[in-house]
Amino acid sequence: MQIYRAHVLICGGTGCTSSGSIGLMDEFEKCIKEANIENEIKIVKTGCFGLCAEGPIVVIYPEGCMYCRVTKEDIKEIVEEHLVKGRIVKRLLEGADAPEVDTSAEQTDFFKKQYRIALRNCGKINPESIEEYIAEEGYMALGKVLTEMTPEQVIQTILDSELRGRGGAGFPTGRKWEFARRSVSDQKFVCCNADEGDPGAFMDRSILEGDPHVVLEAMAIAGYAIGADKGYIYVRAEYPIAVQRLKTAIKQAKEYGLLGDNIFGTDFSFDIELVLGAGAFVCGEETALMTSIEGMRGEPRPRPPFPAVKGLWQQPTILNNVETYANIPVIINNGPEWFKQIGTEKSRGTKVFAVGGKIKNTGLVEIPMGTTLREVVYEIGGGIPGDKKFKAAQTGGPSGGCIPASLIDTPIDYDSLIKIGSMMGSGGLIVMDEDTCMVDIAKFFLEFTVEESCGKCPPCRIGTKRMYDILEKITNGNGELSDIDDLYELAEGIQSSALCGLGQTSPNPILSTLQYFKDEYIAHVVEKRCPAGVCKSLLRYRIIADKCRGCSLCARHCPTNCISGEIKKPYVIDESKCIKCGVCMEKCKFDAVVRE
Amino acid sequence: MKSLEELKAIREKTKAEISLRDDKHDFRIVVGMATCGIAAGARPVMHAFVEELNKRKLTNAAVTMTGCMGMCRLEPIVEVIDQEGNKVTYVKMTPEKAVKVVTDHIVNGKIVTEYTVGAVTD
Repeated sequence: MQIYRAHVLICGGTGCTSSGSIGLMDEFEKCIKEANIENEIKIVKTGCFGLCAEGPIVVIYPEGCMYCRVTKEDIKEIVEEHLVKGRIVKRLLEGADAPEVDTSAEQTDFFKKQYRIALRNCGKINPESIEEYIAEEGYMALGKVLTEMTPEQVIQTILDSELRGRGGAGFPTGRKWEFARRSVSDQKFVCCNADEGDPGAFMDRSILEGDPHVVLEAMAIAGYAIGADKGYIYVRAEYPIAVQRLKTAIKQAKEYGLLGDNIFGTDFSFDIELVLGAGAFVCGEETALMTSIEGMRGEPRPRPPFPAVKGLWQQPTILNNVETYANIPVIINNGPEWFKQIGTEKSRGTKVFAVGGKIKNTGLVEIPMGTTLREVVYEIGGGIPGDKKFKAAQTGGPSGGCIPASLIDTPIDYDSLIKIGSMMGSGGLIVMDEDTCMVDIAKFFLEFTVEESCGKCPPCRIGTKRMYDILEKITNGNGELSDIDDLYELAEGIQSSALCGLGQTSPNPILSTLQYFKDEYIAHVVEKRCPAGVCKSLLRYRIIADKCRGCSLCARHCPTNCISGEIKKPYVIDESKCIKCGVCMEKCKFDAVVRE
Repeated sequence: MKSLEELKAIREKTKAEISLRDDKHDFRIVVGMATCGIAAGARPVMHAFVEELNKRKLTNAAVTMTGCMGMCRLEPIVEVIDQEGNKVTYVKMTPEKAVKVVTDHIVNGKIVTEYTVGAVTD
């Protein structure tokens, strides 16, 4: 055994990899060698720390310092100052511009309010080392289950914990397992839904990248509970790092005999296979996902029969989301009572959110259920850049809705969100400020649904397209009041007749923006005006003659040469040629250009 | 994997290796590694600490570094800080003294008074 005096943890998640963390590892190795301390320092590649906005991230223990936006050029300094001399490089710390710099990452506002269960190992262990996972209690739950518990006891434990599915709908996980246990069949299957498709959500990817073994362990536990010996992980091919880590993890688990035949010397055997999805949004829907695993085109089929009765290849199957699985081993180890202490009465535990949009600390946060949106936006998220006003937050992606500023104190849990017309979804949380047009946002999500509709059922295939057309008409300034009624009617029809959950929930972004921001729709339709100044067709740029000094700056920058005038006299914009790019307004030094 | 015991053995072994990433250490051993400390021989002292902890499989102490405390003439200086924040400052350290600090102070909780700053300053 080799004890090192310091561990350098470099984030190898997708976020930090794309901002260049891979090259950092070589540079660290080189500099550490140059400083002649390679026997004292261990370099580890880990999963996501969650603060993706500040990547690439490097954490150094024992101090627990989190260095942000680390570049190759910084590494020499980190090695020479921190690792050789023990002086923390404060300029690279998270929140380095604050008067008091916290040198330990746990002390920063971003981490203080978080409670990490699903992400507990992300950024802490080396995801490509099964030993490190084992050191953090890994596979202990599987061992306990196989040697000390009956399948019924396992299911009872999950039922008692009141864990609900983290993929979106929030169905009690234990109940799902119970149904599959009761279904009689020679062959049953355990599936993992890692086809994370909501725009902006990436918590499943981070878990797979940072702690892949937790999913394998939980699936084996599920297999034991329902009586299955085969598992499938359906992961999207667009997650190459996650796929590669999963492959490594499965290989290691097989080598250690934690997957395969006669695990822990019992007669329980379990094997897991990876299936790569081609990136269709609909394949995140459970029946479509299973159809896709079977090798057919990913299209949903009607339920019932539910997968727990007739799933993959017509056999009883359970399908859980990655984050749900990540909760299972801890619940087994710590007991359902421990888990129930966290969160609210109807929503136990924590939820991971991918926080994005108009917010300072974009990234992954895991919070106890019941944390208010205000805490997430202002305390963990650090508020809105440029001190703009918070307008709304969108949760649940294309199936969800928005939470307006007036409801910012809503506790985030399954039922509170449903009550206000949104939903938990898989955990995307997009923050919008005063410059966001709500009609445009609804249009954005609908465009996504139209593109991703699999086309099997007409309500979704045709209905969403018709709704999109109406929104297009409204944002182009051709809307009529009857269009809003048509939207309601279409929404109702789609909700009640679409084949799968994705179709049924596709009108949600429109309905919730209509519920809270109807005045914006009215402004677009009646006044032909976009209050947020986003919808280009409704904008008009004008030069206020009194303020214009005739400096010609706007005219010189206009890409279409639609501004004309004489020096030192007021200029004018020719609206017929204006493409509403806004450059004139940006360049004017006298605030003479206005947008209406 | 044939038994839980086998799993536990792997866990204990690796746990020790990554325990550095926990904040829970009984002791922090802080070695002054500014120019003065290094010139006076702090590096072999630090090596001695790391090696001795390794040899004894002690994971309740973390070795870290710090800069100059201003008492350059007494370097190499090593501070041992316990969980309550009580500090013991050892001065004019050598690799041999480091071994003794580990055995007496870290293992047995007995401060090696003769190496401390109070014993040497006059």
